[in-house]
Amino acid sequence: MTTFSAISATLTIFKKDLRSELRTRYALNALIMFVITTISVILFAIGNESVSPELLSGILWIIIFFSTMSGLSRSFVSEEERGTVMTLHLIARPLTIYFGKLLFNLILLGALNIFTVILYLLFVTGFNVSSYSIFIVTILLGTLGLASASTIIAAIIAKANTKGTLYPVLSFPILLPLLLTVINATKLSVEGAAFIDAVGDFQVLISYLVVITTISYLLFEYIWKE
Amino acid sequence: MNTISFTTEKIAKTFNRRKIFSEISFSLNKSDSLAITGRNGSGKSTLLKILANVLSPTKGEIGMKINDKIVKPTDYFAYLGLVSPYLQLYDEFSGWENLDLFRRIRGVDASVDYLTELLRRVNLWERRNDYVRTYSSGMKQRLKYAFALIHRPPILLLDEPTSNLDTEGISTVYQIIEEQKKAGILIVATNDAEDMKKCEQVLDLNTQASGKDPK
Amino acid sequence: MAFKLLLGIWLCLVIIAGISLPITKNPTNWYDLPFVPGLEDKARIIFFHVPMAWVTTLAFIISLIYGIRFLAKKNMDDDLKTAASAGLGLMFCILATVTGSLWAKFNWGSFWNWDPRETSIFVLLLIYGAYFALRSAIEGEEKRATLSAVYAIIAGATAPFFIFIMPRIVEGLHPNEAIVSKGKISMNPTMLLIFLSSLAGFTALYFWMLNLRVRAERLELKHHMKGE
Repeated sequence: MTTFSAISATLTIFKKDLRSELRTRYALNALIMFVITTISVILFAIGNESVSPELLSGILWIIIFFSTMSGLSRSFVSEEERGTVMTLHLIARPLTIYFGKLLFNLILLGALNIFTVILYLLFVTGFNVSSYSIFIVTILLGTLGLASASTIIAAIIAKANTKGTLYPVLSFPILLPLLLTVINATKLSVEGAAFIDAVGDFQVLISYLVVITTISYLLFEYIWKE
Repeated sequence: MNTISFTTEKIAKTFNRRKIFSEISFSLNKSDSLAITGRNGSGKSTLLKILANVLSPTKGEIGMKINDKIVKPTDYFAYLGLVSPYLQLYDEFSGWENLDLFRRIRGVDASVDYLTELLRRVNLWERRNDYVRTYSSGMKQRLKYAFALIHRPPILLLDEPTSNLDTEGISTVYQIIEEQKKAGILIVATNDAEDMKKCEQVLDLNTQASGKDPK
Repeated sequence: MAFKLLLGIWLCLVIIAGISLPITKNPTNWYDLPFVPGLEDKARIIFFHVPMAWVTTLAFIISLIYGIRFLAKKNMDDDLKTAASAGLGLMFCILATVTGSLWAKFNWGSFWNWDPRETSIFVLLLIYGAYFALRSAIEGEEKRATLSAVYAIIAGATAPFFIFIMPRIVEGLHPNEAIVSKGKISMNPTMLLIFLSSLAGFTALYFWMLNLRVRAERLELKHHMKGE
């Protein structure tokens, strides 16, 4: 298979998942409502209290973490539940499937996070970003890292029995370095720190992304082959 | 394809320490046909899945050569076609969308005309734009044949080839079988006597004996 | 047999020495231990807590190695060893966390502070927990072995991030400078001796227990297969 046809196949898998999701909307509606509900609960819990921006930074990423856990396993789990795993085995190489679904999860999470962030900025008083450059890069790198780690874990739990509860259990230890770093960087963006102060965090995020994606690429076939 | 060779050597499969079969060895060349038979639970479908490279054997090797060049296991899927009761297609897509999807993912050179021809052949042309979830089991079976033939595979694997089909469907399948026997290798897993007659060789998993069955 | 007795005696001596040797401001006798400001008697914890933390890390690494071997060779015996080591690792991790937490209470006033090292051991605990949760959720033996080995590798790959990023983000409480300064271990010789003996003892204990567990699991496997 040439590189071109490999990329084309990957994109087709991505488009298949996308079209399937748009057509059935199983996940999208639920995810949007999940974000809206969670932010509402948080606002309700805060009430008129003033909460420190540092705490609000952490809460933002809690919401993002749990919406990731709600939505990103579908790509693999639905194939298992419908029995189309064998079909995919027959038509594509393992890595084609992996990258196609990774791309799908990335786009899904990206859209979801933009939605979450916008709602958060609009409705959560007390959370005011001072340096948008840091904030935007943090959201971007955080989304990339989250999507990458969550996708490989989703591939693992799709083959297990209690998929739903297992997903956050397996993902959290793996994601913790990323979560701590993005929360820290978000705090910096709220405090109005200079971009240069956040570079250390960005370096960590980039190396995390590289490590996770490389490991996933090397290990996916072991997960996928029956 | 001028020469095709498909060999297995001492294939064995164990599930959770229960041995299903072992020492399965055979060697097939172009225009050979093999029927795998055995009582329910003897592992026919399992063996076929292993041959289709969607399941790993516990022990043993599979070899494939096309035009005298050895094919790498990661490339086997390009030369194998499978029809099986366990195969599922995407029921939120239409028959046409499914085939088009598979064509693109496989990266085959099949043209839109060929897809049309396939759908007409399996008698699904009229229903091509309906979602697969509205198909009857017979229609799904016929779509599976279209799926298996998109890339004109030199090796065709059929698990219960005539299940869910009416007489017209069965005769289409037998035509496909005859063409496949001329152009490549055919392996059929079945207990149906009529299906078995279409193959030259028989591998009986009950006794794990194999031999040529002269017509 | 002899090894077992020797190990038992060794560890007893270590424990006795660790607990009872006097701590004085100016160690003059060979058996005196130095007074570390801020730690006093509580410094004794180093003889027990640190070796346990070390062993749980060692257990994880060994689990990881056997997991990788399994992926390479598909030999179920390797998976047996992986699981056995992980089980021991979990146990020592719980011990390390609890001893650390108790000591934190006595030394800094609260059971938990999210100090980098505390968080790291907690994350290791979560990883062990996740590992066993995964194993119990898969039925097929080979699939269970494969997926848990893959997860262990992924966890092992993200662990180093912890060690490097945490100190950047959170202020540490763990005593470091008192004992490890300028990159050299400047510990009083007696203390060092006891510490290293404890380290060796606990490591030997781990290997002995691992050996026992692996042999027991193999026997159970044989028995199980005969019974079929």
